[in-house]
Order: sequence, then C-alpha cells, then structure tokens
Amino acid sequence: MAENNADMLHKEYWDLNYVSGPLVFLENGERFPTGAILDVHLTNGELRQGQILEATSTHAVLQILQGTRGIDVKGTSVSLKAEGARVACSEDVIGRRFNGTGQPIDGLPPVVPDKELDINGSAINPVSRDAPNDFIETGISAIDGFNTLVRGQKLPIFLGSGLPANEIANLIVQNSGTKGDDRPFVVVFAAMGITARETQYFLNAFEEGGKGSQVVAFINQADDPAIERIFTPRCALTVAEYLAFEKGYQVLVVLTDLTNYCDALRQVSSAREEIPGRRGYPGYMYTDLSTIYERAGRIRGNPGSVTQIPMLTMPDDDITHPIPDLTGYITEGQIVLSRPLHRQGIFPPVDLLPCLSRLMNNGIGEGKTQDWHREWSNQLYAAYAEGQRIKKLMAIVGEDALTPLDKKYLKFCNEFERKMIGQGFDRRDIEDTFRIGWELMGYLPKSELTRIKASVVDQYYKSAEDLAAEADGIEAKIENA
Amino acid sequence: MAVAETQQTGKLVRIAGPMIEADGMHGVQMGEILRVGKLGLMGEVIRIEGEKIFAQVFESTEGMYLGEAVEATGAPLSAELGPGLLAGTFDGIQRPLKTLQESSGDFIGRGITAVALDRNKQWAYTPVAQIGQQVVGGDTLGTVPETKVIEHKILVPPGVSGTIASIKAAGDYTVEEVIATLEDGTELKMYHKSPVKISRPVHKFLPPTEPFLTRQRVLDMLFPIAKGGSAIIPGGFGAGKTVVEQSMSKYSNAQIIVYVGCGERGNEMAEVLTEFPELVDPNTGESLMNRTILVVNTSNMPVAARDASVYTGMTLAEYYRDQGYDVALMADSTSRWAEALREISSRLEEMPGEEGYPTYLSERIAAFYERCGNAILCGSDATGDNPRKGSLTAVGAVSPPGGDFSEPVTQTSMQVSGALWALDSALAYRRHYPSLNWNKSYSLYFEGLKGWFDENAPAGWNDRRQQAATLLQRENELMDIVQLVGPDALQDAERLILEVARMIREIFLQQSAFSDNDAACQLDKCFGLLESILIYGEECEKVLAKEIPLTRITDLPLREQIARLKEEPNDGFTAVKDKVIENFKQALGALEAN
Ligand SMILES: Nc1ncnc2c1ncn2[C@@H]1O[C@H](COP(=O)(O)OP(=O)(O)OP(=O)(O)O)[C@@H](O)[C@H]1O
Ligand SMILES: [Mg+2]
Repeated sequence: MAENNADMLHKEYWDLNYVSGPLVFLENGERFPTGAILDVHLTNGELRQGQILEATSTHAVLQILQGTRGIDVKGTSVSLKAEGARVACSEDVIGRRFNGTGQPIDGLPPVVPDKELDINGSAINPVSRDAPNDFIETGISAIDGFNTLVRGQKLPIFLGSGLPANEIANLIVQNSGTKGDDRPFVVVFAAMGITARETQYFLNAFEEGGKGSQVVAFINQADDPAIERIFTPRCALTVAEYLAFEKGYQVLVVLTDLTNYCDALRQVSSAREEIPGRRGYPGYMYTDLSTIYERAGRIRGNPGSVTQIPMLTMPDDDITHPIPDLTGYITEGQIVLSRPLHRQGIFPPVDLLPCLSRLMNNGIGEGKTQDWHREWSNQLYAAYAEGQRIKKLMAIVGEDALTPLDKKYLKFCNEFERKMIGQGFDRRDIEDTFRIGWELMGYLPKSELTRIKASVVDQYYKSAEDLAAEADGIEAKIENA
Repeated sequence: MAVAETQQTGKLVRIAGPMIEADGMHGVQMGEILRVGKLGLMGEVIRIEGEKIFAQVFESTEGMYLGEAVEATGAPLSAELGPGLLAGTFDGIQRPLKTLQESSGDFIGRGITAVALDRNKQWAYTPVAQIGQQVVGGDTLGTVPETKVIEHKILVPPGVSGTIASIKAAGDYTVEEVIATLEDGTELKMYHKSPVKISRPVHKFLPPTEPFLTRQRVLDMLFPIAKGGSAIIPGGFGAGKTVVEQSMSKYSNAQIIVYVGCGERGNEMAEVLTEFPELVDPNTGESLMNRTILVVNTSNMPVAARDASVYTGMTLAEYYRDQGYDVALMADSTSRWAEALREISSRLEEMPGEEGYPTYLSERIAAFYERCGNAILCGSDATGDNPRKGSLTAVGAVSPPGGDFSEPVTQTSMQVSGALWALDSALAYRRHYPSLNWNKSYSLYFEGLKGWFDENAPAGWNDRRQQAATLLQRENELMDIVQLVGPDALQDAERLILEVARMIREIFLQQSAFSDNDAACQLDKCFGLLESILIYGEECEKVLAKEIPLTRITDLPLREQIARLKEEPNDGFTAVKDKVIENFKQALGALEAN
C-alpha cells in the first residue's frame, strides 16, 4: 500500500508512460486506488483531471476527462486530488449552473457543501424501495391517458434527430409539480453533448415557465470534453438523491442526450481495446446504464422522490439500436416519437404503439383518475392498433377491398391521431383526454368495445351519429335562441 | 454466508472492475471464496496460474489499492439451508436484504457480512427419526412449521450417513443447536451448507407426467410444461416476461416459488414485496409470501453477484425439492447472468466466442437447466415401494438484444429447455397480452401430458386444443391471401374462419394480468371459454349452410356476449357459460334465409 493519504495528496509523480485516445497509462499501478481522481499538470501549466480505471502491478489506466491533446509523457505530472469522484451537495445548489463535473459556471463562488458525496452513489436496497404511485398529470394525452407517469419512475423519451422532443420534455417539467401538492419541487437538468442552442432552449423555457429558480443545471455541451459526459449524469443524480432523500424534495431529473453519453463510453472502451459488443459499444453498457437509470425511485418512510426523464436519440430512428434497446430493458417504459406523425404536422408526434409505462397501474384508477382508466386505455390502444393494421392493408389492396367495419376502424385511426395525439401545444387535463377518448370510440360500433365493462360503456358510449345529431341539436337551439 | 477459518493470504496485484488478481495464493482451489482487501469483500476464484489467482468480486472494488490483502477461506460459495428461508429476501450471495438495511440503511454499503439464517430465532422442532435408526443423506430428522403453510423437513445433508446416537426431544431450538448426533460423532443441526454450483443429488430422475399449471390460458392450453420441466421466455423489452413470471409465482400450482431477480429493476422487486404479502394463495388461503423466496440482485448491484444469484436460487429450490415439494424457480433474466459471465470473461481476456460471450456459455446454461426435474429423492426409502418425490421446474426469461432471437443466449437456452414461450413485441404493441407468439412457441412436454389432461381436465380438452391450433393455422394462410387481394375476395366460410380465429386470439389467448377475475384462469374456465368460441363457430357454419350471409350473423350481439365471458370469475363459470352457449344457439337457430 502507498504512503499515508495526507502525504500523498498533492505529491506529484512523473509516471506517464503512454497515451492512447482519452487514456493515459501510468508506470506505477500501486500509488492510487481505483476510482481515484488525479490532477494532471501539463507542461504548459494547464490543469486537467483524470480518473483511475484499472490498476495492475505494472501500470495504471487513467482516463482524462478533458481529453489528452497536448499531454506529453515527459513533462506532464499527476497528483492525487481525491480518492473518488465527489460532488458538493447542499440546498444552495438550487438555481445554480455547473459544468459536467460539478464545477460552477455561473460566475458565482463554489457552493459551500453540506456534504461531498461519491458521484457513483450506492444501490438503493430493494427492500427499502417504496412503490411509486403518485400520478403526475403532464397535460399530454398520449402520456396521461395511455402511458401514465408516476413520481419515482424512470420514463425515457426516444427521439429521432430533428423531432420536437425538447418541447415535450419541457411540457413535462412545467406540469410536474402535482396539483395540490405543496411539497418542495426541483428540476435537476443534465446536458450531455447537446448544442448551446438546445441548452438555451431548456434554460429559457424553465425560466419562462416560472421554474427557473427551481433548477439545478449540469451542463456539458457538444464542444465540451466528451469524457466529462461520463461524469455529468452521475453528478446530477447524486445531487438529485441528496435533495430528494436527505431534504425531502420531489426531484425531476431531465437527462439529455444519453446517446452522447454512450458514445463517450464507447470511446473509452475502444481506447482500452476491450472486445466490443454490438455496434462497437462496450459489453457492459447495460450495467453501466443501469447505474444511472436505477437511481430513480422512492424510499419507504421518506417524503422525497427522484423521477427521471432521460432523453436519447435513436440513431437512424432505429429502436433496436443498442442505446434505446438497453435503455428500454432498464427503464420503466418509454415514450417514442414518430417521424411520420411529425411530418403530418401532429404535435406531440408520439408513436403510441411502442410506448409503454410499466408503472401506469400504480398511478391510475379510482381515487386517482377513473376506475375504468386501464380498460379505456386498452380499448383505445387495441382499436388504434387495428386501425393502423388496416391502414397498411389499405395501402396494398386499396380502400374498396375493405369491409365496412374495416372502414370504421380506419376513420377512427385517423381521427385518433388528429384529435387525441395531436393536441397541439396546449395543456390538456385528464378529464378532457377521457372525454375525447369516448368521442372517438363513437366511430366504432358499440359491440366492438369489449375491453371495457358493459356498464361503463353503457354510461359513456355515444355513437358518432348520435353525437353529430346532438351537436346539430345544440346548434339548432343556439340558432333558435 | 459464514466463512471458515482463514487460510492462505496473498496480495492484490490487479484491480479491473469486478475482477481482481492476487499473488501468493498457493494452494487455493477453483471456486474458493476469498476475502478481498481491507473491506473484506467476498470474491470467488475463477482462474489459477501458479500462485496467482483471478477472482470475481461480489461487491464494487472502487477505492482499493494494489497490495491490499486477499485471504482464502477454504470454502466454495455455499448457501445456508434450513428454516427461515421462506418469505425471505436475499441478495445474490444470500445476505438477507433486511439485515443489510439494518446495518447500512436504505443504500447498500460495502463489506457487510450477514448470515442468511437468523441465529437467534427459535423454531418449534419435532423429531421424526429415532435413536438407533440408520440414516442417509435426504432422510428426515424432524420437522419445523416454517410458515403457516409449509412444513420444513430437517434433512440429513447429502453425503452424510450413520446411526443416530442422540436426538433432541420436541422443543424450541435455534438453527445453531445440535439436534442430533450420529454414532461417529457427526453433529447435525437444523441447517447445513451446500455448495451452490454443484447440483444436490437425487436418487433418480423420472419422466415428467403432471403439468405445471400456470393459470395462463395460452400456456396451459397450447404450450403446457410439466412439473420438473423447464421453459424459456424470450422477448424484447416490455414484451411481458416479468409479468408472466410474476403471474406464475402468484397463481401456479407449485408449492414453493423461488424468484430470482437477476440484473433487473429495483422497483419490480419493491412491487413483489408490497404485493405478495397481501395476496392470498388460492391453494392455502394464506399470504403468498409464505411459500416464496426472493433472491434479488438488481441491475445496479455488483455484476459478479448476478452469477451467484442464479446458483443461489437454484440451490434453494433444490433444497425444497429435496423436502418433497413441487418447486418452481423463476429466473428474470438469464440474459443478465450471461452478460455477467461475458463481462468477467472479457476481463480475464479469454478468447471470446459468439457475440463476445465465453465459449463455455452453452455449458453453463445447459448445466443450469439440467438441475430441473421430477425426481425420486435421496433417502433410505428411495428404493422402497413408496419413495418420496419432488420436482423442480424452472422458467428463465431471456432478453435478446433488439428482440432478435438468433443471438447466443436465446439459441443455447432453446436447445436445453423443454419449451419456448416466445414473446412478440408486435403483439405487445397492440396490447395483446400475454404477447406469446403462437406460431413460434412450442412445448416438448405436451405429448407426455396428454394422458394427464385426458384424465383430469374437462372432457374434450385435447380435441378442442387441436381445433384451436388448426384454426389459428388456417387464419395465417387466409391472412396471406388478404394481404394480397383484400378481405373482399374471401368467401363467407373463410371469413367465418377469420372471425372465429380472431375470437380465439382476442377472447381466449389474451388475458390481462391486471384483471380481478381473469388474471388466473382455472382449467374449467380455460376450457369453457375456448369451447364456447368453437361451438359458436360450429353453429355459425350451420347457419351459413342455410345460405344466410355472414353479415346477418355478425350483426347479432353474440360475439360480445362471449367476449364478456372472460370477465366472469372461475367459480360458477361453467353455468354462466352454458347459458351463453344456449343463448347463441337459439339466436342462430332462429335465423332463416329470406
Ligand atoms: N399479461 C399481461 N396483462 C396485462 N399487461 C401486461 C401483461 N404482460 C405485460 N403487460 C404490460 O406490459 C408491461 C411490460 O411487461 P414486463 O415488465 O413483463 O416486460 P418485460 O418483458 O419483463 O420487459 P423487460 O425485458 O424490459 O424487463 C407491463 O408493465 C404491463 O403494462
Ligand atoms: Mg422484465
């Protein structure tokens, strides 16, 4: 074991042996513990940071956060900065802006920490977890009605480049302090490799929505060092856990864009010459991502919660790409965006069929939304899927070859996309979402609605013809008056 | 898990994530458990090169220095087997999560040692064996009411035999007290340890003959498996693997459930932990937890412990089988286990096989499913007229990347398990649950179970099953035509086939795990529902024969009535169903050509 820690601190070593990609190899593996953060002193006086990834008797592998350009093996030295990566936690972080490794970038002095916590956190003991069950009304029908978000959930948005995902994330942020809930609420925003324009969009939108003072931002932009991105979500989540579980906040964490994060991981992996997994991403990416996504939830007897909205770009709109695929295997559902709907001018362009919220059941039902919410949603889902199937069939065989029932489904499907999914930028409350759903079911014969209890159908169902007649009646009345 | 006295001590010479190397470890064995570093983290030897060993560590190695000490313990990774396992929640190396919570709070700390079985708890023991009796491994020394529903049999450990010299009278004892001694001085307690990577012996495996009933219609009717059999459930994310595994844990006809959450979500475990204690086991009227053991190693817990979790779970399952129970092991997800093997293997710089998995992947997966079976148990009565029997059924979830089944874990698992329950994302997208693809799935047990169904299921079971399978097949063929020329081109008779097939899919095959009355479907209801759809089809055929167009039939509100049948409870289902059948027979019989 190396010398006493206090002596080791700041002591410089000229151990550099060789440099490859974002990695530097040190000659001596015994000086620093794995996970240690080192200061790297460049010949030109510049200071960078690195983390020990692996130690052997012959060498240590050091990952340089800000990249290795300009590092030489002769003049560059390293010294121990900390035994592990830590971030300053305090309620004073609220309203502040930090870089991807937790250093302030808002011109204000560093936060006086209440605690300095290891950014890797530790796994929540599964027996300590409390099942998430508070409905968050986002105001978006595709989510509230069909893929309900609950407090403590991790629900990612899978987007394609150029699709308006940021706007959707912002709507969620703006609406996520639940109604009638006066528990303190805070947004933790972590940007990984996004453009300055996107960062500005988020910060302005939070500000305009009146959430500006409730935001903590960790920002690593496209032109910031890529390796720092590996630290960004961890810093953000450490602060989030601190605020939630030590200070009782309802924390909403927006992470964007995980695709850039994964690319940084891949870069490190290939520099380590590891055997690549699918599409060159490391074989341990599932495990790595889980150490981010699993940091959401609630704890028994604790008032706080961490809800996560990770956002990621599906390369080539491909949901089977390793990044969305591994994410979907870890998160509690996903909201998927659709390019065809976007092209049709539908906002939000949510591709409903592949969407899922696994915790929906906990957030809905009697006393929360409606006791028939689940059936209502299943019925509309099934009908929409059937409509889409018929739409595809029609493209091959033509409309004339369809049965009368098929045509009804087709009509339903189109109206569903237009009225239910395509709500526009306005917030829609859950009661409206339900009402529109029942209206849309009117395009289908009552006998098709077998997924909903007969008594409920009897109470709410009105055929499109009846509705039209009613509307005429009302108009006539208005005219008469 | 307790540890034997310290043996060899060496020093850390490499730390690479979950893998370490240590020097100066002369004489340690493959699979031996180590205590690594100042924190004393548990590790397992996975390669030996002279005095140097390679080990996988079951906790995070972050913050360790080279040069820290590594101690061998002399024992392989073992599970503690005795009363106190049921209703428990353990991590991959069998530490009770409650104990971890007491010592490190809501977040799991490192370097905590915790024994699986409570050393202070007193159990009400009743002896069965007597002084002077000859016993061998597997014989029952006595019993303990472990939970309200399960009597725990205290077994003579495998490999131990002799004559009982002394045995304690009925009374309350802790697991550490000696309850019996053999003439050679061997002391027996209410628990023993068993190495997890070695299967516990049985006297003889028997061909499986009874179904493991899942209470899921599509499985019990179309792809049933046997008690002692195995099945895999591959499917993309969100396809419904966990829901199926959990439904089986709740409703299946196994007596004991061991649920292994291997590399999956923490919230899912929280759900089980909140839901199960409140759920009543339909067979016993008691809380489901009383027959359940959870082994939990979530995705963000150390990766090497995932490997351990699968074996720990299997060993616990075997132990209850050895007591004569029908045990079911649910492993969710075996892919995460395979990935753990891959990760460790790549740190060892082994030559990778397909997709980077180690070349011994198939061997490990095969060895896992080989531990299932329907067996005559070890014991003095094994060769007698009435030997004790037990069974171990395993169902493994598989999470293929991109939902593509051609990958190594799905392919190898398919070769060694007896049934494939293939989930299909396209069906899940349509909210057709369970999203089991009836064209791709199969069960090798069906032929062997036919006899059982003939005798025990409602009459006509096997025939109706065949009819349903044929109709679904016909639907496929007809849909191919529709895809080319549109539904208009079909005759009414063909349209009727499509209509009945659609009813089979939507009414019979779909079954919501969230429905109060339909989450679990008993054989009577399962059969009755299918029968009513098929009889409806037959009656409609008769109507078509009268040259009445199909639209006149489908205009009647009959399909709807059959659809609503599935929301009827299991109790009294047959009577309700008979009424519905009578009703549609009448309505259809009344149709006349005009
Ligand atoms: N039988 C079912 N009845 C009703 N809903 C179901 C059923 N099966 C699955 N679902 C729905 O699908 C969701 C996802 O199912 P589940 O969590 O079992 O998927 P999975 O295959 O285990 O996914 P992953 O591989 O990501 O863990 C559930 O949360 C539920 O909403
Ligand atoms: Mg699952």
